[in-house]
Amino acid sequence: MIWNPNKECMSRDEMSALQGKRLHKIVEYVYHNVPFYRNKLQELDIRPDDIQTIEDIHKLPFTTKKDLRDNYPFGLQAAPQSEIIRVHASSGTTGNPTIVGYTRKDIGVWSECMARCLTAYGVTRNDIFSVAYGYGLFTGGLGAHYGVEHLGASVIPAGTGNTEKHLKLIRDLGITGIACTPSYALYLAETMEKLGIRKEDIKLRVGAFGAEPWTESMRKEIEERLGLKGYNIYGLSEVMGPSVSYECQMQHGSHINEDHFYPEIINPTTLEPLPAGQTGELVFTTLTKEGMPVLRYRTRDLCSLMPGTCDCGRTNVRMGRIEGRSDDMLIIRGINVFPSQVESVVLSMPEFAPRYMLIVDRVNNLDTLQVQVEIRQEYFTGVFDTPAAIDALEKKLAAKLKSVLSIAAKVQLKAPNTIERSQGKSAHVIDKRKL
Amino acid sequence: MTIHQLSIFIENRSGTLIKVLDALKEANIQIIASTIADTADYGIYRLICSEPMRACDELKRAGVAVALSEVFVIAIDNEPGRAADAVKAFSQADIDITYMYSFLNENRGLLIFRTNDNERAQQIITANNMQIISEEALQSLV
Ligand SMILES: [Zn+2]
Repeated sequence: MIWNPNKECMSRDEMSALQGKRLHKIVEYVYHNVPFYRNKLQELDIRPDDIQTIEDIHKLPFTTKKDLRDNYPFGLQAAPQSEIIRVHASSGTTGNPTIVGYTRKDIGVWSECMARCLTAYGVTRNDIFSVAYGYGLFTGGLGAHYGVEHLGASVIPAGTGNTEKHLKLIRDLGITGIACTPSYALYLAETMEKLGIRKEDIKLRVGAFGAEPWTESMRKEIEERLGLKGYNIYGLSEVMGPSVSYECQMQHGSHINEDHFYPEIINPTTLEPLPAGQTGELVFTTLTKEGMPVLRYRTRDLCSLMPGTCDCGRTNVRMGRIEGRSDDMLIIRGINVFPSQVESVVLSMPEFAPRYMLIVDRVNNLDTLQVQVEIRQEYFTGVFDTPAAIDALEKKLAAKLKSVLSIAAKVQLKAPNTIERSQGKSAHVIDKRKL
Repeated sequence: MTIHQLSIFIENRSGTLIKVLDALKEANIQIIASTIADTADYGIYRLICSEPMRACDELKRAGVAVALSEVFVIAIDNEPGRAADAVKAFSQADIDITYMYSFLNENRGLLIFRTNDNERAQQIITANNMQIISEEALQSLV
């Protein structure tokens, strides 16, 4: 099922024409309403009338997270406060949070985009759908909530607390769909098994998982343990919130709502646009937003775009999985290394806990990379009673890392629960090089 | 007839050994013999103790990477050259001693060792009339 075939199955020409028209309008809008953008455009000697087609987007300046912070709280808001009906804030690990105001129309667009996602997952008005994202300043809870209501399914605003009660409701009410983070889905499965609830006892069939990176193996595990089909949902508050892009039944890339959010992939170092299919930094321009529009917002997420008509019938461009963060990129001996690459290798080996630490140093003018991992307690068996056996395990991981990273890494095994669980990705790296 | 040894992964930094010893103390486990195989980054702490199964469970609960390994314990006379005689018997049969440590008890030496072939090691022990120490006999030392 497709919620809005008029917008999700447009021909490329029609879509480009619509995007060009909307881009012109949004540039004109921010030029007259946001001094920050007016100054930037004037510095580049660009008038709104210079922007007529979607290709003209390359003339426009980028917006960064720092721009948002520097203009805290309402500096980038384009609509007058009287038009703003909701405000979300994204958690900043450092400094000010990012404040995003939404007009009534913005909330409408968001709900529409969310309804498109849910329909692609196979959710209909006959479903009972639980939203287990955090409600509050975070966009996940309310964003998904309004979408479910807009679609017409019954929404259960479960939030993230009280998992046992939530499971009782899932079973007793026959809840069929859930939106949450993939790690919460695994926690739910764990709790379910602890309580002796079998997947046959519940009716969950659709999961909308997002707000944190996850892998194909996590998808398999969640689908198996909860007995549902799990779909990716992507979004960020600076652009809108969840529903910027969504997977369809093919589970092969996430369709971007590109009539509202125009995507580009750029080289994070040169800022030059990259051809379709290449991995680089994802950049979004909001084409219809009133509250806080952004021009060419650098998400720092690394992925690639997949153009072309999908087997589901949608023509909206798809984005691949997020492969890493451009601000986490390390250059070690001239090679680009992403902590997420190390993560995928560590996750693929059951001997290790899903925690790791990269320690980069420079010894005698040569960069060194050390990867610390924890052995899982249940994998530490009697065979590991000699250094030779431990060294062999370390070497096994080192060989896999070498083939993925193209540089050698020294593996150091750590005792269970000695590597700090980190929140942000950058916390996985200690760079001791004095550069 | 092997006995259970605890093999514990410990990192080379302060506080890791005491964490293990404290957990054993808390559980009222007595250490009979122990040794550490150390490398630059970590060590493997091998120990023979009272109630090895319960000790292993308690350490696991304390979050320690611990496993049970099977090792032999034989008693030898407290005279020069007896250890050499014992080890020679295994080496002549092409059995590798992976590691070995020892302690003195009531005027006899006790050798603790792991081999790469427990079945054949047992045959050598029987054939050479070596005095093997059982888990129960060892437990009676505490
Ligand atoms: Zn599709």
